[in-house]
Amino acid sequence: MYIIIVGGGRAGYYLAKQLVEDGHEVLVIEKDAARCKRIADELGDIVLRGDGCEGITLEAAGTGRADLFIALTGDDEDNLAACQVAKNKFNVRRTVARIDNPKNEVIFKKLGIDTTVSATTLILANIEQELPSHPLIPLLTIKGGGLEIVEGKVPPDSAVVGKRIGELLLPQQCLITLIIDEEGVPRVPASDTTIRAGDEVVAVCRRESEDALRAVLTTPARETE
Amino acid sequence: MGCGRVGGELAVLLDRQGQEVTILDIDPDAFDKLPSDFKGSRVVGNGIDQDVLQRIGLAEADAFVAVTPGDNRNAMATQMAKHIFGVPRVVCRIFDPIREELYHSLGLETISPTREVARLLKEALETEPAETPAGEG
Repeated sequence: MYIIIVGGGRAGYYLAKQLVEDGHEVLVIEKDAARCKRIADELGDIVLRGDGCEGITLEAAGTGRADLFIALTGDDEDNLAACQVAKNKFNVRRTVARIDNPKNEVIFKKLGIDTTVSATTLILANIEQELPSHPLIPLLTIKGGGLEIVEGKVPPDSAVVGKRIGELLLPQQCLITLIIDEEGVPRVPASDTTIRAGDEVVAVCRRESEDALRAVLTTPARETE
Repeated sequence: MGCGRVGGELAVLLDRQGQEVTILDIDPDAFDKLPSDFKGSRVVGNGIDQDVLQRIGLAEADAFVAVTPGDNRNAMATQMAKHIFGVPRVVCRIFDPIREELYHSLGLETISPTREVARLLKEALETEPAETPAGEG
C-alpha cells in the first residue's frame, strides 16, 4: 500500500517506521526542517518537506495514488483540513485523522473523514475498564457501515443474569461475539449460552444501538419485571 | 470568531448598526482593541471547541464569521457552525486560494484576501493613476 502520513512528530515517526518495516511504501509530509532531517537520517528518503494541507504539496506527494492518508499533527483543525483536501481534491479512498478533542469524532465523521483516532478516548476507555461496573466501551470502529465492537460487563443485579443469549431482546444487527467469564475464560457464545454475573460481553453493534445494548445488559432485574 | 484587526473592525461596524454581536477570541488581550462603547459580548474561548460554540448559543445565531489567522481553524469552525449548529449564514476567511476553492466547492461561503487583494492591486496598476490630490490652499 502507498501510505501518506502528515506530521512527522513522534507519532508520525514511529508509525512510519513500523509501516516501512511492514513493507509499505510510506511518505511523511512535515513542515519542520529538523524533523525532516531526523526522519530522513533514520528511515531513509521517505520524507517531503511542506504543508500537508496545501494542494501543491499533496500534488507533489502523489496523493492521487495513495491508498491511505493519515493526518497526525498535533492540531485537530490541521488534520481535518489535510484529510478534506486529500479526500475531495485527490479522491483518496481512506482518510484517518488524529484528534485530541474526543467530541471531534462525531464532527469529523459528519465532515467526511473515514476514521478518527483519539488518544484521549483510548485512555478514558482504559480507565473505565478498570472500574468495577464500567459502562459499554467502544473497542474498535469497523471500517464503513457504522458498526462498532463494544465491550461491557454484566452487573450482578442485571436482568440478563441466568438468561440464555437466545432469550435476550438485542437491538437489530447486534451480535454477541465473545463472553469472558470472571475467571478470564473466553467462550464463543451460542444461543443457549447462559449469561452469568460478571461476564465480560464483547459485541458487534451499530453505533446508534449502543445505548439500547447497554440497557439490555445492565438494567437491574426488578426494573424489568 | 477572531478579534484581530478585521474581526474587531467588523464587530464594531455590526454593533453600530444595531446588531447583537458576540465576539470570540482565544486571547483575552485581543479585546483591548475594541472601543469602550462596544455593546456586544466578548467571550474568551476556542472557536473550534463544540462546547464553547454551544455555550455562546451558536445554534440561535443568524450568522457566523470566522476570521482568525488560521485557515484551517476558520474552515473547521465554519463547517461546525453550518453542519452541527445549523447557522443559516456562514462566511469564512481563507488565505490560501487553493483551500478557499475547495471549501467553496464544499458549500461554504468563503473569501480569500490573498486572491482579492492581488486582484485589486493588479487593477490599480492597470488603471491610470488618479490625479494626486492637490494641497489645500
